[in-house]
Amino acid sequence: MADVHSEPFVINLGPQHPSTHGVFRMRLTLDGERVLDMDMTVGYLHRSTEKLAEERTYIQNIPFTDRMDYLSAMTNNLAYCLAAEKLLGIEAPERAQYLRVIMSELQRLANHAMAIGAFANDCGAWQTPLMYMFREREKILDLFEMTCGARLTTNYVRIGGVSFDVPPEFVPAMTALLAEMPRRIEEYASLLTENEILLARARDVGVLSAADAIDCAVSGPMLRASGVAWDLRKAEPYCVYDRMDFDIPIGVNGDCYDRMVVRLEEMRQSVRILEQALAQMPQGPVKINVPLAVRPPVGEAYARVESPKGELGFYLVSDGGPTPYRFKIRSPSYINLTPLKQMMVGHNVADAVIILGSIDIVLGEVDR
Amino acid sequence: MSRYLGGKEVAERIARLLPEAVVDVAPQWVVVDPTKLLAVGRLLKDDPELDCRYLISLTAVDRIDHFDLVYHLASLAKNHVIVVKARLLDREKPEAPSLTAIWRAADLQECEVYDLMGIRFSGHPSLRRVFLWEGFAGYPLRKDYLNMPGGVKPGLPLFPGVRPDEEGAVDG
Repeated sequence: MADVHSEPFVINLGPQHPSTHGVFRMRLTLDGERVLDMDMTVGYLHRSTEKLAEERTYIQNIPFTDRMDYLSAMTNNLAYCLAAEKLLGIEAPERAQYLRVIMSELQRLANHAMAIGAFANDCGAWQTPLMYMFREREKILDLFEMTCGARLTTNYVRIGGVSFDVPPEFVPAMTALLAEMPRRIEEYASLLTENEILLARARDVGVLSAADAIDCAVSGPMLRASGVAWDLRKAEPYCVYDRMDFDIPIGVNGDCYDRMVVRLEEMRQSVRILEQALAQMPQGPVKINVPLAVRPPVGEAYARVESPKGELGFYLVSDGGPTPYRFKIRSPSYINLTPLKQMMVGHNVADAVIILGSIDIVLGEVDR
Repeated sequence: MSRYLGGKEVAERIARLLPEAVVDVAPQWVVVDPTKLLAVGRLLKDDPELDCRYLISLTAVDRIDHFDLVYHLASLAKNHVIVVKARLLDREKPEAPSLTAIWRAADLQECEVYDLMGIRFSGHPSLRRVFLWEGFAGYPLRKDYLNMPGGVKPGLPLFPGVRPDEEGAVDG
């Protein structure tokens, strides 16, 4: 059967398609079921954040970052504020640093829950795993809501700290969640990691070697699934990650299955970090005063964090004025799409959907 | 902890093998001749001490009298970051060699720079506008975007994107 070929034909997937996780369009050239070529179109959600940001003050720009990767707003806020702080040469108080770590890791749990759930959806486990994941994600969003009033577009981290201290009911609620979380993660693992159908669908599909991953500058769980132990929380510890004890999970084959397993393992590590951060968190102020129209000195700064999707970086250039002269976002979702064609060619059209789902993109961040 | 290599250190390393490539040195970055970008890129990647196999980010800054191309490069094994810049003086037709042959990560990022800043990368396999559409008037991230031929003028209600030859277009 292998040498039977059909006339190549083109199928259009998206932009309005549930398995593209947003408004992403692929033109797949097929030979029967096999993908011969892939051509992607993005930009349906382009809002030109980088240009808008040039006309607003440093503090006014924080809400824009929420709206890029809307599934992990906390880490977006954090990356931008770290870049602005680097430019200004200031540092947030210690309690704020701990709160930032706590919020980042809660966000990672929420994001990976969504990523794994949606990935299981793509593999054919229709909605059940996703709803299991949403049960815990809901509690995390409740924690965000009681802290800053918002669930998705949190706008919580500020230049020089965080906007509010956590309310008294936060710590008991989070302790209860942390006590429950390991059992829940085991539940996901028992449902998914040895699932016959998922293994058949995701193993050896969309393989990316370590050398290719580095060449394409992919980051985050996708890079680690290819066997590269690279995590900015270890390589360039920001906030107080250097005081946390955790491991970097890595994959072996770099296929879709490994990416899912790496995310599951990262959830376990996040729970570890959260327990330590909550135990170590000191009392004290959560914010230092920064003028509303702050004017950083002339210069430039690049700061990066390990967001749930990968390396999220902000490159800010200041000309001494109250608004950034250049505001560049290094978005992991966009750059992680670089090897997409290579990963898809040769696989079946049904696998194309899984491969895209395993990258875990958010189109708000791809298009910005 | 990642080390951000100083411009001087990197410049010395580059100058040893490519003496004319370095144009300027700043404490945090090194400026190279844009025509020698390919050779410099190759050197940065293959040099055992610099070992920059990971292209973190590629972007451009409009400095009004010139464009700065800014490359953030990293070595995962040695855990350092270096910043390389190249100045493009031609404002009408800014062009630089594409680095996709060295780092595949440059592919989508060069398309983005072309789309929003209007810098052409010669040798790029498929340079196209990624976020905006072909025929979009002007390059929005340039500082003079509002006054560009075919671009919008301040205060006009029309959304940019109507092609200049279409009816209702704003003329430059």
